[in-house]
Amino acid sequence: MTKLSRLLVGAAALLLLVLYFLPLWQVRLVAPQYPEGLGMHIHINTVTGATETDLNNINGLNHYIGMQRIEADAIPELAVMPWIVAVLAASGVAVAVAGRRRPLFAWVTAFAALAVAGLIDFWRWEYDYGHHLDMEHAIIKIPGMSYQPPLIGSKQLLNFTATSWPDLGGVAAGVAFALAVVALVITLRSRRLVAGRVAA
Amino acid sequence: MFLLLCPLNRVDATMTTNVRKLLLGVATAGAAGLLFYACATPGKTTDLATGDAASKVYVAPGSYDKYYAFLSGGYNGQIGVYGLPSGRLLKFVSVFSQNPETGWGYNEESKPMLQTTYGMIPWDDSHHPELSQTDGVPDGRWLFINGNNTPRVARVDLTTFETTEILQIPNSAGGHASPFTTPNTKYIVSATRFSVPIPNADVPIASYKQNFKGTLSFITADQPGKMDIAFQILLPGYNYDLGHAGKGPSDGWFFFTSYNSEQANEKLELNASQNDKDFIAAVNYKAAESCLAAGKAVTTPSQYYHNTMDEKSHQAKATLMTSVQMLTPASCPGMVYYMPTPKSPHGVDIDPSGEYIVAGGKLATVIPVHAFSKMQKAIADKAFDGSVDGIPVLKYASTIAGEVQKPGLGPLHTEFDGKGNAYTSMFISSEIVKWKLGTWEVLDRMPVFYSVGHLMIPGGDSKKPWGQYALSLNKITKDRYLPTGPELSQSAQLIDISGDKMKMLLDFPTIGEPHYAQALPAELIRDKQVKFYKLAENTNAGVVKAESEGGITRNGKRIDIKMAAIRSHFAPDNIEGVQVGDTVYFHVTNIEQDWDIVHGFAVLGAENSELIMAPGATRTLKWIPKSTGVFPFYCTDFCSALHQEMQGYVRVSAAGSNVPLMANTSPKAKAQVARMKASGAAEKSSHGMAGMPGMSGG
Repeated sequence: MTKLSRLLVGAAALLLLVLYFLPLWQVRLVAPQYPEGLGMHIHINTVTGATETDLNNINGLNHYIGMQRIEADAIPELAVMPWIVAVLAASGVAVAVAGRRRPLFAWVTAFAALAVAGLIDFWRWEYDYGHHLDMEHAIIKIPGMSYQPPLIGSKQLLNFTATSWPDLGGVAAGVAFALAVVALVITLRSRRLVAGRVAA
Repeated sequence: MFLLLCPLNRVDATMTTNVRKLLLGVATAGAAGLLFYACATPGKTTDLATGDAASKVYVAPGSYDKYYAFLSGGYNGQIGVYGLPSGRLLKFVSVFSQNPETGWGYNEESKPMLQTTYGMIPWDDSHHPELSQTDGVPDGRWLFINGNNTPRVARVDLTTFETTEILQIPNSAGGHASPFTTPNTKYIVSATRFSVPIPNADVPIASYKQNFKGTLSFITADQPGKMDIAFQILLPGYNYDLGHAGKGPSDGWFFFTSYNSEQANEKLELNASQNDKDFIAAVNYKAAESCLAAGKAVTTPSQYYHNTMDEKSHQAKATLMTSVQMLTPASCPGMVYYMPTPKSPHGVDIDPSGEYIVAGGKLATVIPVHAFSKMQKAIADKAFDGSVDGIPVLKYASTIAGEVQKPGLGPLHTEFDGKGNAYTSMFISSEIVKWKLGTWEVLDRMPVFYSVGHLMIPGGDSKKPWGQYALSLNKITKDRYLPTGPELSQSAQLIDISGDKMKMLLDFPTIGEPHYAQALPAELIRDKQVKFYKLAENTNAGVVKAESEGGITRNGKRIDIKMAAIRSHFAPDNIEGVQVGDTVYFHVTNIEQDWDIVHGFAVLGAENSELIMAPGATRTLKWIPKSTGVFPFYCTDFCSALHQEMQGYVRVSAAGSNVPLMANTSPKAKAQVARMKASGAAEKSSHGMAGMPGMSGG
């Protein structure tokens, strides 16, 4: 690993610590009656409303369609995620200190795998909330209608336009991943250069 | 002559104005001034609003007005809040009168606000809104308003637009000269319009001159919830009409107009109009403070109520006060001086610099302007013209700075644009007259429809007017709008005063009878509005913070039902065990925490109003069922798509029946209880409601 790539991996690892302070993902809901919108922030350890009362209001509205209450305590992943991020950040620092190529490959691969797994898990929760409705107590029942918000982008759910997007923590994690990939590319290119010089 | 000229009113507005100017000159010079009223009343002048008037008042859908304007409701006892320049009604604030629309004065929480020593008074006549000021400029903290009939002053919190405090004024009858503020809202004032025996007593009315007195009250106002009468000043038995505080150089002084210096007690229309001059009372309230500190005031037993609304419980409390500190001019020399002022002066208005004191002599042919600097010199020189009850009377010539000649007929009130101009309302000649401070020349006239009382420029009574618009608050409406029978709404007119010439922009109807108004730029209060009350901070004795906390308790013949309201149901919504002979209190809490999600509550046959609950607030309705049966209740404020489903039933059984107390909980409430238990965060839900403070009897 070059000095630059070691610095980049170190920076990427430290950037992950942002996730302890800023939310990973956000969902915004806008309707004719809610021009100011309602918002939900998904942190690595909890789910909160964009304001003090938003989450409660979203849950209040969701009772019409029989959706389960969105509560952090009901999502076990939120208890595990802080540890996963901690291990990922610590191992990233270790990779930077060690400066060896192989651990770098392993770290970037693990990062990518965890990111994909996280997104799939998030999608599964969205699917679960959107599809597994309490039809016995639902007030609005539309055959065939589900209320799964998109993973990323916008979707119309009855009167609400739901928009899902990475929040600042998610952006930081994305930047961290990009830095790690750049570090990987630099390392790969330097190896090729070294190999070329040997061949010459 | 006027028979010939009057028809011209209907021909050409420009020409009419010129003719009217000419006529005004003739009429003011002549003796037949009042006859002229018949002619000066202008006809249809829809063409007065010219050019781009429409675009100047148009506020596009979704856009905001530039100013909040607060118009007193007059005999409806309330306040109307309008946007300017559009004239759109934004809100109706309940103050001195019961309002079944909001439950103000009907629900148990607000009833104590209307308590007085005369009992619970369900109505008043509110005249003068007054914005709180900092350094002589409206600051958007509070709005004060007076109750004229049963003298009171009220404070409205401008973060919630709710009345939070009402103070009764003792030793007073007719709190008209009120609640004008000092430049930092240290005091607001109230002066008695009707002199009465003080303390009130059973005396012959004809003994007016011996027994009747007036009072001026200075009320501490800069601490919310702590209004109190700092001191009262006992004055001769005249009618005290209006007042304004000095500012700048005249800071520390307060000026009140008086009329009926004749001290007539019958047919005042004639008998109080005899003297050539009445008085402006100039009160040095700093001197009064010194006398108070020196112990020169007499502690006078006087009963009056101070009513406050608790911001957390939303429960009002009425407290009986028992004395005031009374000062007399004789015991405090240098505190009060009388400035003779022509013909029953009404308004007394201080220009932004604080130097000029403008009087509106209702029957005067000039607008007299006193100068504060001249008044001080006259006091120093002892330029007195005798005294009344220990009050030195200053010589008219020694205080007068100038007179506006031929201003029109019936000058009442003056406001300022901050650019050296004054605008005076003319009741009889039905116009607003613009004139220049210092030169006293009339610059422009604008006919108004009809017979303006007060006029208002945003901040126009302050140190820094926002001199863009003037609002004419007219007393007579007649043909301005589509007719609506013998009784019509009042009429307001918006005038552009930004240029040299006034431009008529807009007519709009108002509710009640606005006397005065105040306005300020919207940004001073727009962004600090409370959107909902925090449920977590609600300390009402009947509050429920979750659906699971609802329930019913009996304490003798008293039944308390605690209920949550949330889209789109009440919890509980089926209640049994109530008996004929019980007094039932419904404590309904809107547990929503979302802007503008309001719920209402009404029950069949209640001799009461509805309840309206803002999000996070609790309101209590008293209901005495008189017969057995099942009585529905429902939400009265269209809250959601299933608003029509938001209802429930109360079963009323015969006295002594063995139907047990029952209040159901919804499946949702059950789920909530289960969730709370599971998370170990189950709040203690108290159903023991006996002996709740402030809720016994009603």
